[in-house]
Amino acid sequence: MQLTYERVLGAYRTMRMIRSFEEKLVELVNLGKMSGFLHVYLGEEAVAAGVCAQLGEHDYVASTHRGHGHAIAKGVDVRGMMAELFGRRTGTCKGKGGSMHIADIDKGMLGANGIVGAGIPLATGAALTAKLKKTGGVAVAFFGDGASNQGAFHESLNLASIWKLPAVYVVENNGWGEFTPTDYVVPVKDIAERARSYAMPALIADGMDFFDVFAKAGEAIARARSGGGPTLLECKTYRFAGHYVGDALAYRPKDEAEKWMTERDPLRGFAERVLSDGLLNQDDLQRVDGEVSRHIEDAVKAAEAAPFPDASEVTTDVYADSHRRG
Amino acid sequence: MSRELPTAFAIGEALRIALAGDPDVILMGEDVAGGGTRPAGTDEAGGILGATRGLIKEFGPERILDTPISEMALLGAAVGAAATGMRPVVELMFMDFLGVCFDPLLNQAAKFRYMFGGKARLPLTVRTVTGAGMHAAAQHSQSLYWITSGIPGLKTVIPSNAGDAKGLLLSAIRCDDPVIFCEPKQILFLSSEVPEGDYEIPIGKANLVRQGGDVSLVGMGATVNIALQAASQLAQEGIQADVLDLRSLQPLDEEAILTTLGKTGRLIVIDEATPRCGIASDVAALCVDKGFDLLNAPVKRVTAPFSPVPFSRVLEEAYLPTPQKVIDAVHELF
Repeated sequence: MQLTYERVLGAYRTMRMIRSFEEKLVELVNLGKMSGFLHVYLGEEAVAAGVCAQLGEHDYVASTHRGHGHAIAKGVDVRGMMAELFGRRTGTCKGKGGSMHIADIDKGMLGANGIVGAGIPLATGAALTAKLKKTGGVAVAFFGDGASNQGAFHESLNLASIWKLPAVYVVENNGWGEFTPTDYVVPVKDIAERARSYAMPALIADGMDFFDVFAKAGEAIARARSGGGPTLLECKTYRFAGHYVGDALAYRPKDEAEKWMTERDPLRGFAERVLSDGLLNQDDLQRVDGEVSRHIEDAVKAAEAAPFPDASEVTTDVYADSHRRG
Repeated sequence: MSRELPTAFAIGEALRIALAGDPDVILMGEDVAGGGTRPAGTDEAGGILGATRGLIKEFGPERILDTPISEMALLGAAVGAAATGMRPVVELMFMDFLGVCFDPLLNQAAKFRYMFGGKARLPLTVRTVTGAGMHAAAQHSQSLYWITSGIPGLKTVIPSNAGDAKGLLLSAIRCDDPVIFCEPKQILFLSSEVPEGDYEIPIGKANLVRQGGDVSLVGMGATVNIALQAASQLAQEGIQADVLDLRSLQPLDEEAILTTLGKTGRLIVIDEATPRCGIASDVAALCVDKGFDLLNAPVKRVTAPFSPVPFSRVLEEAYLPTPQKVIDAVHELF
């Protein structure tokens, strides 16, 4: 896929939106205005942006507990997401899901997920639908290094490989599984190596570099779309914040995070690259920064002003109770 | 012209009708085709019961999907396919195997619609063999429907005969919610009347299969036949029993249970599962909670004991509810 001016600008808008949205969430939690278990994606923006820039409405993504970035990159309405996080009726899920269950199936977003690894078979099933219905769509599973130790990962890769499903398995290796370093729990140097057991091609991308993710994901997505089967794409990235908002981070060396943040910030790297290559100019970036900032502020205001769900809604939406005629 | 078929054949008939009528219906499971995936020659296994035999030839390998012995991927992919437009029917060979694939049901299928604010549809059916009676021991004989019945977002049904199996399965497949369809071992190879053609039995409605005014016997799956046998012996001593077949465990037809209780004032529930936290306990609680004024005697539960399912024929017979155990319980009420 070609990187046109619009696509590059769109990619920057996506990454900036994820960054600003989550910085705002952290601020709101610290002010005591927002509650719940929140896991932020700060530092990993280039992965969601680089992959989703090449997906359309007929493509699906399954996400993780760290799912805001995937939702934004897949086009879920940010105002609805903010309202959801405030537990409001106007939220993406009417206040019933919260951070770990933001989903919009109409937009191809099969949900953040509170269970590590659970999205991987779901995306595999969405890829099966695409194959059987011949939609031309692909399904992408985003998951972490930790999830690559789950049976769901191994079973899904095996199934996708024998059925040659149009799936892309994107492992976001951020070096930490909750509070434990990845190299303690994963015996292979690269998680990409695990694809070999399933006769699946694997790629490794610099997850802090939008352009590298875009290129590698493009190759994987093109293979899936053309009937070439699934790919495991490992994106080496870093989680700037803790496992959850409020994590004291006692387990992680301070200088490690500082080094990544000063040397490898994906937004700064993107800006430097597009300016030096002449893909965008300073005005473009500032315009997007301003638009995004206003959008987030509006979303917060609208969410705070929105009504809570009625208590009677606690038992609605459990069942469809509908039926297809035989 | 009535005809009789074994339950396993009736299930196959329902699957054939569902597949023929709706291109979104697919079957997924271990050995649902078996050797039928080979390009030529060998015959298909058609699943552990042979219920799906012949379907791969009729509908092809794109709709009759043999999976690896990999239940997490099987259930998880079926949930993902259901959420995106297919109508999968999964064969989970034995309900005991829930242990290796519970998350897609417990945390995904059951909760999508609710967590996503009503914006998901999960038309998924999980067919699974339940219960004891074939000397299959502790890991292939459990009646675990009490687990799925206790999870909001799932529906659980259990037929007691071949004709009901066909109609309930067609309802389950066409339902837009995830349905666990239990196939009790003790009825799978019993024959009973199966109407021709396409018909549905509604989920959530119990069926009064015998009328009598003295005591209510409430059964589900294989225990309906036990209740009927007990009822005919009781009739010889002048006690007339209502026999209610629950058919659906979630939703539970509370009205039908309270109606029969109102008629007899005495109720016994017969459940092949273990006694704690189960359907029998639920029915008893319902009678006490909403039917207290209707009761003329304590509610009795005839269940399996609180133990794993044993292997030896002698032990398994001791484990299962029997007509005599039901009759003994009835005698305690008069």
